[in-house]
Amino acid sequence: MDDTRIRFGDVPWGAVIRVGLIGAAVAIFLCLVGIVPVFHTRPLIKDVISLGQTSVVLALLATGLVTARTADMRGTLSVLPGAVAGAIAGAGLTALVILGEVINVRAVFLNASPLLYGILTFGSGIAGSWIAIVIGAVLGAAGSVGARLPTSSRRPLTTFVLTLLMGGLFAGILRTAMLSTPLAGLGRLLFAPLGLTIVGAIVAVIAFVGASELFHYTRVRDRVNGMAPAQQRLVTWPLLAIAAFAVLMLPHALGPFVAQVIALVALYVLMGLGLNITLGLAGLLDLGFVAFFAVGAYTVALLTGTSEFGIADWPFWAAIPFAVLFAMVFGAILGLPILGIRGDYLAIATLGFGEIIRILAGSDLLSPWLGGPHGILNVPKPIAVQPTHFLAGPNQIYYIAIACAVLIAFVAWRLRGSRIGRAWLSIREDEDVAEALGVNLVQTKILAYVLGAGFAGLGGGIFASLVGSIFSSSIQLFVSINVVAIVVVGGMGSIPGAVLGALFLIGVPELFREFSEYRFLFYGAALILMMLYRPEGLMPTRFAAREVHLESQELGADTVVAAPTEST
Amino acid sequence: MYARVMERITDVAIAGVLWGFRIAVVLLVVVGSALTLGGGRHSAESWLSLIVSGAVLGSIYALIALGYTMVYGILRLINFAHGEIFMAGTFGGYFVATALSGIGFLNLNPITSIISVVLMMAGAIVVSVTLALLVERIAYRPLRNAPRLVPLISAIGASFFLQYTFRGFFGPGIYAYPTVGILDAQVPLGIEGFRVKWIDVLVIVSAVVMMAGLFLFVQRTKLGTSIRAVSEDKATAALMGIDVNRAIVMTFAIGAAMAGAAGVLYGLIFRQVYFFTGFVPGIKAFTAAVLGGIGNIPGAMLGGIFLGQVEGVGPTLFLSGLGVPSPNQLRDVIAFTMLVLVLIFRPSGILGERVAQRA
Repeated sequence: MDDTRIRFGDVPWGAVIRVGLIGAAVAIFLCLVGIVPVFHTRPLIKDVISLGQTSVVLALLATGLVTARTADMRGTLSVLPGAVAGAIAGAGLTALVILGEVINVRAVFLNASPLLYGILTFGSGIAGSWIAIVIGAVLGAAGSVGARLPTSSRRPLTTFVLTLLMGGLFAGILRTAMLSTPLAGLGRLLFAPLGLTIVGAIVAVIAFVGASELFHYTRVRDRVNGMAPAQQRLVTWPLLAIAAFAVLMLPHALGPFVAQVIALVALYVLMGLGLNITLGLAGLLDLGFVAFFAVGAYTVALLTGTSEFGIADWPFWAAIPFAVLFAMVFGAILGLPILGIRGDYLAIATLGFGEIIRILAGSDLLSPWLGGPHGILNVPKPIAVQPTHFLAGPNQIYYIAIACAVLIAFVAWRLRGSRIGRAWLSIREDEDVAEALGVNLVQTKILAYVLGAGFAGLGGGIFASLVGSIFSSSIQLFVSINVVAIVVVGGMGSIPGAVLGALFLIGVPELFREFSEYRFLFYGAALILMMLYRPEGLMPTRFAAREVHLESQELGADTVVAAPTEST
Repeated sequence: MYARVMERITDVAIAGVLWGFRIAVVLLVVVGSALTLGGGRHSAESWLSLIVSGAVLGSIYALIALGYTMVYGILRLINFAHGEIFMAGTFGGYFVATALSGIGFLNLNPITSIISVVLMMAGAIVVSVTLALLVERIAYRPLRNAPRLVPLISAIGASFFLQYTFRGFFGPGIYAYPTVGILDAQVPLGIEGFRVKWIDVLVIVSAVVMMAGLFLFVQRTKLGTSIRAVSEDKATAALMGIDVNRAIVMTFAIGAAMAGAAGVLYGLIFRQVYFFTGFVPGIKAFTAAVLGGIGNIPGAMLGGIFLGQVEGVGPTLFLSGLGVPSPNQLRDVIAFTMLVLVLIFRPSGILGERVAQRA
């Protein structure tokens, strides 16, 4: 470009103002929904910035970034559109503060409290309401600079932001872990009980940005791919061994609270892998996963019964096969009639099943057998050991869940390549074509559904033992939604995706219990965003990734695709 | 050979389960009803009251069901977020009502009360329509040509997002709806032991009026015709010069308006609202839509009323005679069983055409 100076009239101001207004809407939403004030209690870097402030900062940065993408301007003043959009977004917050001064917004929105206004004005009251505009402009400009940078310099910046976020979130846990080791002093230096210390932030950023630049993922991968197979094995096997060792040691390194959390994560990995067969391979959207989870949980609770409801006094290991079996039988009974109906009706029918089971479990009708809302207590642990033993408490559940998850992953992996697995994939892609090619739809679907139900029953049985009790209130819709979200976010049909999904969607929220009310807000947003921008999931199978990739290659971004005609 | 045998076994098993299901349901209904009626514990007046409460509930379901049925007709999408649109309307009406009762307008005299109810509905409709259009724009429109599972998951996400947005806005607590004095008064019918409140009359009448209006709108006006054309065939409708986007947006707006109005009526009857209010009525309204034949507007009305009756009268009629403790706990079970039964035995619904439903 010859003339590098930006001309005022060249800027698409309409688009800039629109992005700014959307940014303002997002920022105000973050405030009113309570994310800003509630997350303000948790520092990211001690005495510098809180998580609540971080959410606004990220929204304003994103405003600048999107503006720079929309209004693609070059030259010395190219940050101007970003700064303007950021300022507009910030002005939204200013308007909120002023509005709050004039009328009582709190009569409607609970979070429009003096606390919120204090955060937005840095405690300076209405007089400081303009600060948000300035910060918005600065961050908007920064965001648009970020968008403009070449990849080589944007990458460390992204790492920088991610390191701060992760470090701040997990500081407390890392600190606890380090306090019991010789590194206790270092732990105190780097991490506050909540959030990073300033020193910690600097050290973490330098260490991670440096490391990621030195050993960048793609560079390492290219290097390993370039090696001879024998050498490759020399690299990958020790890495796998270290990873496996780390997975096994995790509950001991991070203390009992984290052990409980990762046991739950492992349990959801297991169930996610189960639903992965139903939803990921066969494409059956099952929103009634909790029904089979309940069957498994109650079976184990009743068969191992040390409580008044127990009908047998079996050990856990004898009860769990029956939990799986009953769940599968149940799956067959429910599945046989409904699998003939078409896909989207299946979702609502299974949702109905889940609700039926939930209500029945808590009803007076079944409470003489299932304990109703008072539940069944004293479900024994699988292995009776001393409280100080290596396998005590949630640890053994963790190992059992991991073992089962590995087993299911193996089964799913082998099934996918088999005749039945290919039949599932073909049903997922197009039922009519699959049927025309000789796939027996109902049989094939039943098999997927029953397998999924069995794994749900296994998960339920282990859950009953993990918690040590089962109440009708544990049988909730959110169990089904959790599992569906794990599979969708991770990538339908993808095994590592299910692990990643469970870590993000179960592990992270469990660690931040104080924010648990926002968990499903994030799930909902995650489901929508995944569908909009990455429907194949975070870690798609090679098959799905290739499919998407091929499509975009063949069609090109701007080719108009004819709308597929309705198949009904 | 082996495959043939397996196929035969599956067929027999499916037929067996289906027949067992039918027989069990019919037995339960017949034996339960016979025992209940034979027991004679319930007077004719109490049956009448149950029927009225069923009709009131059914009218509300029908109003919500219209949104499901119209959106499904036009996009082939189960709009999971519709229950939350309804809940948003209930909240909208609540805040209008508290504002009006704060200045003493709500219960000043019968005329102001009626104006207040109209204002509450207007507020609810504004909130619901705004929200529905936002959801359509953000979560559905970009996915219009995606495989069907994709918008469905997006809709589930939208449903949860809205639920917990409202939880964030207004907290987890239950808000008590302000009472409108004249609506709580009895209708002077002169039948001993049988009481009908004006609110019941209002619900049924306004539901019927709105649905009749909608029916005329869809059948007679140009916009209504364009909506019908788009739901028949988008591509052809577009070729005929119909603005497909506009028709879809109108569909969402109309459905949301009905849901918003239903929200106010729901709040006036059940006197409470919280972030989870929309979930169960949402699924039930969807049941009503399927029951009547999805995509079919009179079907939604019929399905709603029918489901309301099953739910209102069903627990007492079918279950109390069998000695089931607290049968009213199980009314949702009856409603959801109804859903499953319809999906299995008549997926095209009462008024739906018998088209090939498997796809």
